[in-house]
Amino acid sequence: MSQSPPPRLGEPDRPWMMRTYAGHSDAKRSNELYRKNLEKGQTGLSVAFDLPTQTGYDPDHELARGEVGKVGVSIAHLGDMRTLMDGIPLGEMNTSMTINATAAWLLALYIVAAEEQGVSEDQLQGTTQNDILKEYLSRGTYAFPPGPSMRLIADTIAYTVQHVPKWNPINICSYHLQEAGATPIQEIAYAMGNAIAVLDAVRDRVPQELMGNVFGRISFFVNAGVRFIEEHAKLRAMSQLWEELGRERYDVQDDKHRRFRYGVQVNSLGLTEAQPENNVYRIALEALAVTLGRGARARAIQLPAWNEALGLPRPWDQQWSLRLQQILAYETDLLEYPDIFEGSVVMESLVADLVDGAREEIQRVSELGGAVEAVDYMKSALVDSHRERWRRIESGDLTVVGMNRFTSTEPSPLTADADGGILVVDPAVEAQQQDAVRHWRAERDQTAVDAALAELERVARNDAENIMPATIAAARAGATTGEWAQALRNVFGEYRAPTGVGEAAAVSSEDVAELREEVERVSDALGRRIKFLVGKPGLDGHSNGAEQIAVRARDAGMDVVYEGIRLTPSQIANSAAQEGVHVIGLSILSGSHRQLIPSVLEALREAGAGDVPVVVGGIIPEADAAWMREIGVAAVYTPKDWNLNQMMRDIISLVGVGHGVDTAAPA
Amino acid sequence: MSQPPAESRELARRLREGDLSAAPAVLNLVETRTDAARAQTAALLGELAPAATGGEAPAHLVGVTGPPGVGKSSLLSRLVAQWRERERSVAVLAVDPTSRRSGGSLLGDRARIEVDPGDRSVFIRSTAAGDRLGGLAPATRAAASALAVAFDVVVIETVGVGQSETEVADVADTTVVVVQPGSGDVLQFLKAGIMEVPDVLVVTKSDLGRVAMRAQADLRAALRSLGGTQTAVVSVSSVPPPSGIGELADALDAHRSELDLAPRRARSRRMHALADFSAEYGDRGLRSVGGRREAERWLAEQDPGLDVPALGRALEQHAGMSGQWSPT
Repeated sequence: MSQSPPPRLGEPDRPWMMRTYAGHSDAKRSNELYRKNLEKGQTGLSVAFDLPTQTGYDPDHELARGEVGKVGVSIAHLGDMRTLMDGIPLGEMNTSMTINATAAWLLALYIVAAEEQGVSEDQLQGTTQNDILKEYLSRGTYAFPPGPSMRLIADTIAYTVQHVPKWNPINICSYHLQEAGATPIQEIAYAMGNAIAVLDAVRDRVPQELMGNVFGRISFFVNAGVRFIEEHAKLRAMSQLWEELGRERYDVQDDKHRRFRYGVQVNSLGLTEAQPENNVYRIALEALAVTLGRGARARAIQLPAWNEALGLPRPWDQQWSLRLQQILAYETDLLEYPDIFEGSVVMESLVADLVDGAREEIQRVSELGGAVEAVDYMKSALVDSHRERWRRIESGDLTVVGMNRFTSTEPSPLTADADGGILVVDPAVEAQQQDAVRHWRAERDQTAVDAALAELERVARNDAENIMPATIAAARAGATTGEWAQALRNVFGEYRAPTGVGEAAAVSSEDVAELREEVERVSDALGRRIKFLVGKPGLDGHSNGAEQIAVRARDAGMDVVYEGIRLTPSQIANSAAQEGVHVIGLSILSGSHRQLIPSVLEALREAGAGDVPVVVGGIIPEADAAWMREIGVAAVYTPKDWNLNQMMRDIISLVGVGHGVDTAAPA
Repeated sequence: MSQPPAESRELARRLREGDLSAAPAVLNLVETRTDAARAQTAALLGELAPAATGGEAPAHLVGVTGPPGVGKSSLLSRLVAQWRERERSVAVLAVDPTSRRSGGSLLGDRARIEVDPGDRSVFIRSTAAGDRLGGLAPATRAAASALAVAFDVVVIETVGVGQSETEVADVADTTVVVVQPGSGDVLQFLKAGIMEVPDVLVVTKSDLGRVAMRAQADLRAALRSLGGTQTAVVSVSSVPPPSGIGELADALDAHRSELDLAPRRARSRRMHALADFSAEYGDRGLRSVGGRREAERWLAEQDPGLDVPALGRALEQHAGMSGQWSPT
């Protein structure tokens, strides 16, 4: 055909699904928020759950302390789900739920809540994230070991493909891999490896003739960074590899089933706390990466808010991001053209490079026995990439405007108002939710719940059965999130993911030479090497920051005790006392620092380690930072303190001063 | 940091009285390499030596070693729980093999041993292996003998096969080597004599079924051919439902009860004194006491209840040197 494609589409494309990742406090407040968002022109829902819900604990569990209703809404039972979706027609809505370890449970609650609205399960549309491997690699809200987790995923897929056919039972997430430092090639390769592991697991649990439908229901949740040309190429490369995989490995016949479908949340990693208003531009450019070329355009988009590096965004901040989507879709001419990159030599060669690189890396993962077996390898590869990214920022090789370059600034009127420009969850929510769940337990038919949970345990023990029917029955009977998860923990056991830090490569010695000398000098004076405990209290699983601190401290010559995520204050205090550490670093990104930090300090005093200095890092508003220093925290670090070596200098000096050793003046 | 002279006496008193909360301070002291702290450590060990207390420390010293990734930490989680059910207090000294290229280390081991943080009868301390390739941290031996006075069980956990178990065996009453099914290297090491026959062999992951049983049978056969019929071979599974853990605890107890403890510990202390002496003074030092053999013979004639630093001091005097162990 010599004729060139028409310059315009006959009819403009329909816009993608527009969502805002939202939810906080309790079901009632989140329901109000959703209804308002829908009024503003949002076309789908994206539910953010709090960490106890994500990890399978009720609001009154010890580990839930400080986390209830923080990073999302607390959903402890059917009553909460009912309230959350009140007045929202579930037959028409398209709901995405960011839920993984407990995905089967939340899907069951959603199915029963819909049933009560008179909507049958085969009408439901939406997505459960349900991707456990990236939880081990990056996000940290896993609950069960890999084997049983893969079974739960396979069970939800097998169930939905037959009973909830319009549901996307899993979102393979490369998003969090980029947040953990993945290069584009790693992001593509590990996502594909992950998908292969899932599909192989499902293959045994559905009739062969349904595999095409299974393949067609798998969707992806990707990331887009600010290097938006390469990022767009990445998505085209993923489309190509996915189509190939369907054809070659799973013999998927229907073209439609082999189409690469993805939703996106653009990059949060690159958003800065310094001059946060600049993030609006970054978000807009990143949105272009996933919309510009029709050949690989997102099906659903949710954008972060400009102030994510400062704390939880307010409804107004999220509205600002939604408006960006609407301008892009409704004001610009973006949706009027065919694929604008077709025939582009630059784009094609970019895509070819990424495909080649990804194929090699997919092969490596496969040689290690597949993505489940290769978790350790992938984790340490990610820690390495992140370390490299950080090194480039510190050395200035990578420019981040407003952070390591062009840093002089006028005071920002956006952050000047009283609340500092973020949402603060009412601390009373936790107690209210605790009362509410106790009340719920007291009011229900306990015999029915006990029977449902016993049945659930029985099914869990029998690998050949699908977990979903028993889960739906438990939801209907009135079991709680914590009870459902506990029943499975009884059968499957607990799991701790690899930290990846042990295998991480060291930074080149010249970068830390000065630090090493200082560590040696202070250690010699102490008679014992500086020992540093890096701890992550609470349920927050975002461990990338803590890992980078641990690796850098080791490279600087310290003995580092890092125990991974999800530690109680008493575990941290116990470790600090028993290990005889000189200094403690705590990392919290979930906003629970106001509850958790005082608990840790108290536990340290009780364990006889009250004199060990504590530093805190995380997403911490300035007012909270000042308050923490008042209650005895030695230093508070936020995303604007991006220079890790400077942080190390502070820590060494803190130890030195505390033990009467002269230290070099902090630079 | 100089320690007040009273500190070692106070720590020794607390340990003798069974005060487990003294453990962190004991470890901080023995790990501190200043002259003052070393003198304090020597004084502490002197106060806790059989010569001073009138008998060997009551704890069961258990060495646990095996290649990385075999499930030592999961096993220890279960074993510690088992000992706690038997109402024994447990100290775990985890020696981490992390490379010391930068001088620093990442101590991840305690992360993988699950214990109740509120349980004051369990103590876990991780230490970097330090400059000694694959070996025990310099302070671990001292810590083990001090904590053995107060705890019921002291575990020394190291990583590796072929080398580390030898060093552990020098300190421990009972040495456990942990292997997983299909690890032919251990079999080869045993046959080639690279690895000494352990007191107890544990095959993990018995949930794998036939593979695990086969591994157990192979190891039994290899041990028989080496004359190691005394070695217990136990299959365990640490994943739920755990199995074999009680059996393992029983096997450890059985080994310990058949041990002639006092001469074994006395010999161990003499070996360590000699090792420390030769590390400090080298071949010249050894020649000045008539060579290694002669030194061993001479040490065997000393009071069997002396602690390592005291034996070291005696060797120094014997060699006409003034020394590292003398209190300053």
